[in-house]
Amino acid sequence: MSSDNFVEISDLQFGYGRRAILKGLDLHVPRGKVVSIMGGSGCGKTTLLRLIGGALRPSSGLVRVAGESVADLDRDGLYRLRRRMGMLFQFGALFTDLSVFDNVAFPMRERTALPEPVVRDLVLMKLHAVGLRGAAKLMPGELSGGMARRVALARAVALDPELIMYDEPFTGLDPISLGVISNLIRTLNDALGATSIVVTHDVRESMKILDYCYLMAEGQVVAQGTPAEMLASQKPYARQFFHGEIDGAVPFHYPGADYGTELGLVQRGR
Amino acid sequence: MVDKGWLTVSGIGRRSIESLLRLGFAARFLGLTLVQSLTCLRRPRLVVREVYFSGVLSLVIILVSGLFVGMVLGLQGYQTLRTYGSESALGVLVALSLLRELGPVITALLFASRAGSAVTAEIGLMKATEQLRAMEMMAVDPIARVVAPRFWAGVISTPLLTAMFTAMGIYGGYLVGVVLLGVDEGSFWSQMQNSVDFREDVVNGLIKSLVFGVAISWIAVFEGYDAPPTAEGVSGATTRTVVTSALTILFLDYILTSLMFRGL
Repeated sequence: MSSDNFVEISDLQFGYGRRAILKGLDLHVPRGKVVSIMGGSGCGKTTLLRLIGGALRPSSGLVRVAGESVADLDRDGLYRLRRRMGMLFQFGALFTDLSVFDNVAFPMRERTALPEPVVRDLVLMKLHAVGLRGAAKLMPGELSGGMARRVALARAVALDPELIMYDEPFTGLDPISLGVISNLIRTLNDALGATSIVVTHDVRESMKILDYCYLMAEGQVVAQGTPAEMLASQKPYARQFFHGEIDGAVPFHYPGADYGTELGLVQRGR
Repeated sequence: MVDKGWLTVSGIGRRSIESLLRLGFAARFLGLTLVQSLTCLRRPRLVVREVYFSGVLSLVIILVSGLFVGMVLGLQGYQTLRTYGSESALGVLVALSLLRELGPVITALLFASRAGSAVTAEIGLMKATEQLRAMEMMAVDPIARVVAPRFWAGVISTPLLTAMFTAMGIYGGYLVGVVLLGVDEGSFWSQMQNSVDFREDVVNGLIKSLVFGVAISWIAVFEGYDAPPTAEGVSGATTRTVVTSALTILFLDYILTSLMFRGL
């Protein structure tokens, strides 16, 4: 593995039962970069994140994070590796019985022996970074979707992780929150000197902050490059995906019988 | 016709195999919960917090139910005993009924409906909203942090609530029997004191409630953790907790009673 890459994946195969999800995937994520993995719904993006985090084991192929093969780690090794990762879930996944402050303090209290005054200062610093220091005492139920996502982001970076993974961070946000979250992804990555993987299908917002992009379809990488290269790509699926074309490599109509025949306009056998 | 019969037989077989697999999974889950219970010893505050939510918040329903069950026992017992001129044995009847059977069983049924269902729904919703997965990604084991404290809180709360239910029930029996119907107070208490054996009645009743507590807590945490992460999945798991707990309590009660009191 090249020491410049924090995550390296080669010939990765994975399936649920007989249903193959990933079919020989190859990609790498260089240190310090914000890399996005894009693709339509159900193409295996979230599954890929779970494989990187060690929540799933590949059928074959290799997932290396920080030089370690994730599938070969035992439970302790996996937990040690996860301590170097942070993850933002699609809808935040905040602990609903804890306040905003306690949510951000959770990883510190569970995984470190820091004294409470230090935890307090660190939590306030993290919340200040996402602009929600004033909301420390609120409960998750009192937050808007965008605020909840920012609190979850503060929790994900609570212990200054080396790798931050984002699972659909832009879903269901208003334009202001969208801009705030995408800006935070970039600034936090640069401020922490971390590496970020953003799983998304939001082309417009993510293209502003990315260094590199992978486009997935049917369990494989079908296109890759910088945002400018991707937008200029002439590959049929990439062009359709990045420009939001209705018909193309992915047909508008779900496969079915002939339209005329089905309406009885064309006689069978003629 | 043969095909239909065959389908029925294969359906029963499939369901039986699925049930056995699930039981095996639940047993492994219980083993894992016990192994991960060290966290509860290191951080007892986690258990105390859950004892508050499961036990303390169930107090009202337990105390009120205990009072009324005791009052009904007093009323029914008085009517029956008066026929034989033995009203003075009312205290014994009320105390033994509550200590041996009604206390442990009704408390367990109420606890399963009030707290067991809440634990299942809470863990199921935590799973559906990815909170458990988030915890795992923070290198925190959800079985140690979420499941084990709730399991032990249920095990601790059930015998304590049973004791309070029984005490309240005896007081209810006293209110109706002595205060309302005029049974002699001295014979009510003294006959109770003479006839109730601490080892046979009180301890056996508490052992029953402890076993029920383990069963309810195990069912509640397992159903929550195993619930499909959807609205229907969580609601189905909550219902299963109440139904399975009720049937398990009644079945275990028969087994335990036959073991404890067969010589009497």
